[in-house]
Amino acid sequence: MFRLMLVFVSGGLFGTGLAISGMTNPERVLGFLDVTGRWDPTLAFVMAGAVSVFALGSYFLRRQGSGVNHVRLASASSGPISFRLITGAAIFGIGWGLAGFCPGPSLASLAALRPEALVFVPTMALGMIVAQRLFGADRS
Amino acid sequence: MPAAWLFGLLGGILIGVASVIAFAATGKIPGISGVFGRLFAPETQDRPWRIIFLAGLVAGAGITFILSSHAAEFQKGGRSLIFFAMAGVLVGLGTRIGGGCTSGHGVCGVGQGSKDSIAATITFVFFGMLTVWVMKQFAIFA
Repeated sequence: MFRLMLVFVSGGLFGTGLAISGMTNPERVLGFLDVTGRWDPTLAFVMAGAVSVFALGSYFLRRQGSGVNHVRLASASSGPISFRLITGAAIFGIGWGLAGFCPGPSLASLAALRPEALVFVPTMALGMIVAQRLFGADRS
Repeated sequence: MPAAWLFGLLGGILIGVASVIAFAATGKIPGISGVFGRLFAPETQDRPWRIIFLAGLVAGAGITFILSSHAAEFQKGGRSLIFFAMAGVLVGLGTRIGGGCTSGHGVCGVGQGSKDSIAATITFVFFGMLTVWVMKQFAIFA
């Protein structure tokens, strides 16, 4: 029960972070991807903040050996840099560049009932279901 | 009014803190495409925390949209809903084929120094930039 409360709080913080950072605004994301135009560096600051906090936090968690209530932590070891990994990342990148939405911001934008999110999230779910049926949910 | 990059850094730190808490509480790497996508995989056993996390995410974003005019900004770069539909399918396929998105590979994987996540992140950022560039060349959304 305590763990599920933590999960809800972390979801809330995640959604707050996505919204306050401006990443739920597709034009900001597209501005970052538009390197030959008026480049918007905001996304780089978002990533820098998030990556460094997760690097520190996950380091200390792993040194402690387990999570809350001794839950086992998923391995940090890298999977193979496979054809599947790179192909998937490339397809994701193309979709990301088409509209400026990735999974987190699209789900967060459901809160504002934006038509773009109401179209994007179900089509994303469809793509996910197809990919998992054809190739399995696990990458390796 | 602070600059956009400051909001970005603050939001990024919040996303990082949220990811650490979710990792500590579940033991799983909290990438959004995996948290969401695995809801639809028949073999998934641990649906409750995924639904609770996503409910929190939508609630947190909703409250922030109300409280902050900066957060509520929304410009879609002239794109019609058809583009969002096509993009949705590609993002869904790509993230579940490649096993992660901006959060799972980009934040958590890179944060842990995983080579596969670093390779995936370089790949999707490159293809995102390429897509925007190609659309500009064909004068689709200059």
